[in-house]
Amino acid sequence: MTRVNAISAARVSIGAMSGFRTTGVASNAAARPWVRIAAAIGRGLERAFAPEHNPWHQLGALGFYLFWIVTATGIYLYAFFDTSAAGAYASVEQLSSEQWYLGGIMRSLHRYASDAFAAIMLLHIGRELLRGHFASFRWFSWLSGVPLIWLAYASGIGGYWLVWDQLALFSITATAEWLDWLPLGGDAIVRNFIQPIDDRFFSLLIFLHIGIPLLLLAGMWIHIQRISHVHTLPPRSLAWGVLLTLLALAVAAPAASHAPADPTLLQTGLALDWFYLFIHPLQYETSPGIAWSFAAGATLLLCAMPALAARPAPREHARVDLDNCNGCARCADDCPYAAIAMKPRPGARAGQRFPVVIADACAGCGICAGACPSSTPFRSTDALLSGIDMPRRTVDDLRRELERALAGERGPAIVVFGCERAAALDSVRAEGVLALPLLCIAMLPPAFVEYALRAGAAGVVVNACHPGECEFRLGPQWIERRLSGEREPHLRTSVDPSRWALSFAGAGEERDLAQAVASLRAKTSAVEARGDRPRLRRLGNA
Amino acid sequence: MIGVLRFLAQLALYVPLMVILGYFSSAPRFAHLPQDRALMRVSFSHAGERLRECHQRTPEELAKLPPNMRSQLDCPRERSPLKVEVELDGRLLLSLDVPPSGLHHDGAATVYRRIELPTGRHEIAVRMRDRPHGDFNHRATTTLDLPPGGSVLIDFDNARGGFRFRS
Repeated sequence: MTRVNAISAARVSIGAMSGFRTTGVASNAAARPWVRIAAAIGRGLERAFAPEHNPWHQLGALGFYLFWIVTATGIYLYAFFDTSAAGAYASVEQLSSEQWYLGGIMRSLHRYASDAFAAIMLLHIGRELLRGHFASFRWFSWLSGVPLIWLAYASGIGGYWLVWDQLALFSITATAEWLDWLPLGGDAIVRNFIQPIDDRFFSLLIFLHIGIPLLLLAGMWIHIQRISHVHTLPPRSLAWGVLLTLLALAVAAPAASHAPADPTLLQTGLALDWFYLFIHPLQYETSPGIAWSFAAGATLLLCAMPALAARPAPREHARVDLDNCNGCARCADDCPYAAIAMKPRPGARAGQRFPVVIADACAGCGICAGACPSSTPFRSTDALLSGIDMPRRTVDDLRRELERALAGERGPAIVVFGCERAAALDSVRAEGVLALPLLCIAMLPPAFVEYALRAGAAGVVVNACHPGECEFRLGPQWIERRLSGEREPHLRTSVDPSRWALSFAGAGEERDLAQAVASLRAKTSAVEARGDRPRLRRLGNA
Repeated sequence: MIGVLRFLAQLALYVPLMVILGYFSSAPRFAHLPQDRALMRVSFSHAGERLRECHQRTPEELAKLPPNMRSQLDCPRERSPLKVEVELDGRLLLSLDVPPSGLHHDGAATVYRRIELPTGRHEIAVRMRDRPHGDFNHRATTTLDLPPGGSVLIDFDNARGGFRFRS
């Protein structure tokens, strides 16, 4: 997939490379079938949506977006809602029939957006499960998401009660019978609903339907605390697509009520909303105990996932070298997991802050090293010491490897800097092609492209993961913006654009990477044949 | 051209989304009560009599107690469990022994049972014993015509005369 300067798209598996210390973190994504399934779904949807609008990669943002639709429509409905038990049903019916063009649409939109929220939430869980995003430094995001499932269902189920029709009566009775199964003692809750309820009690139901979604929102806010640069709104085209779909559905199939709630005459066939109310049939077709086992079992399983996950290799976190740090905060700005805090240091100038790595939150991706201005390979020091670096894959290692590899080549070679989780670099490694793996492509300081060219490379391919598939969320985005000059540190504009290319070839897309290399080689050969090639000089330390 | 194809492809994805959301938000219908059935619920909360009678403490017993606990009347807290039986058309349908609530078994016993019944005319009899010994001391009988989806509630309120059938 071509972005900044050229090329194609694909995904990863990295072979060991001489001189590259085994990382332990670098899981071979191509070997994990679940990751490949997740990638296949995303790439399938990419045929219809532009990569940056792919809903598979926007599930979290879509969840927030749907929450806001539900909130906005809910506020409108509340303005016309009669909060008494006797008047609630009539007010909803009146709104749906007399004001069908707005109130009715709002009601339907409220329901369908809620249903879509439940569906998106389950897809979001499924996607993160497939990608194995529940353990290690992600434990907080994962565990903080589990209570949100309960809150989402409590919000959705409680919403059905407010219509106070036969479905509401059935659902509230079923919920009460379900809760009564627990040996909590005291009066049976269900006794409240086998006779007409009073306005005070109905007010409690309304309070729950406002209070629980507010708790859900607070929980969603906590859920995203360990990630930075969060998109809580999907791209505009996707947002419009979803809204128009829901609107079309609201017009085509307006939400309708059942008969008014009547404890003495129960409706036998109910039009159930299976997105939320599926627990009731489960309870009646089996038993409340089995329904509890399902709910509690699923919750416990989700909570245990971080502990049940295959134990990853020890994760090393980034290390700060204050002697080489000027406190510019680019590392903190670029960290995808908010794992770097800028803090004052004793003895420093007033207002001057320095990075502190929060080890528990650090993913060990090295994006911070790529953001550090001290990581430029043009520094003349013998050892390239960055202000922040990855101990197991330092920028100094990268520079030495590059220089050693170029020195060993007979003629000008193509250098491929690739994410170790993207297309397998072994697939392109050959005579005249040098491949250097990175923990994440955004670990590459952009100046390395220019440095490689000056050191004798014929061309440089920078290979990132397929859009939306970055293990560390922002790698492809940051490298693209840095290379195009939109984000610091950037590649100098004086670098000949015909001699480097950015490709997005993920695991399994080795052909695309090979194509990117071949394409750049053809381009550089043409330049060379015209005699346009600038004179190259070897740099020191080779 | 690619833009048009993409638009059509997106449309092809939004339509199934619409269909899935629209269908499962109200279908398939669920019958929690079969069409030819009615529902009887037995639901009440009632504190049985104390298991043992209160008795007047003797001066000797009172002297053994701390001064602040010298109450003349000694009433054991534990209450009797309830024995509840329901008959439908002369056939025993439900027989329950309901323990009192609370750590010291001194609270009310709560009964909640839902029983599906065939529709039509039925004679329903309910009886309860709320004391440790003796025969059932609360009884009621009624005859009801239960339509499909009909619901009858058997409640108990000692202050209002005991069992009540509400339908």
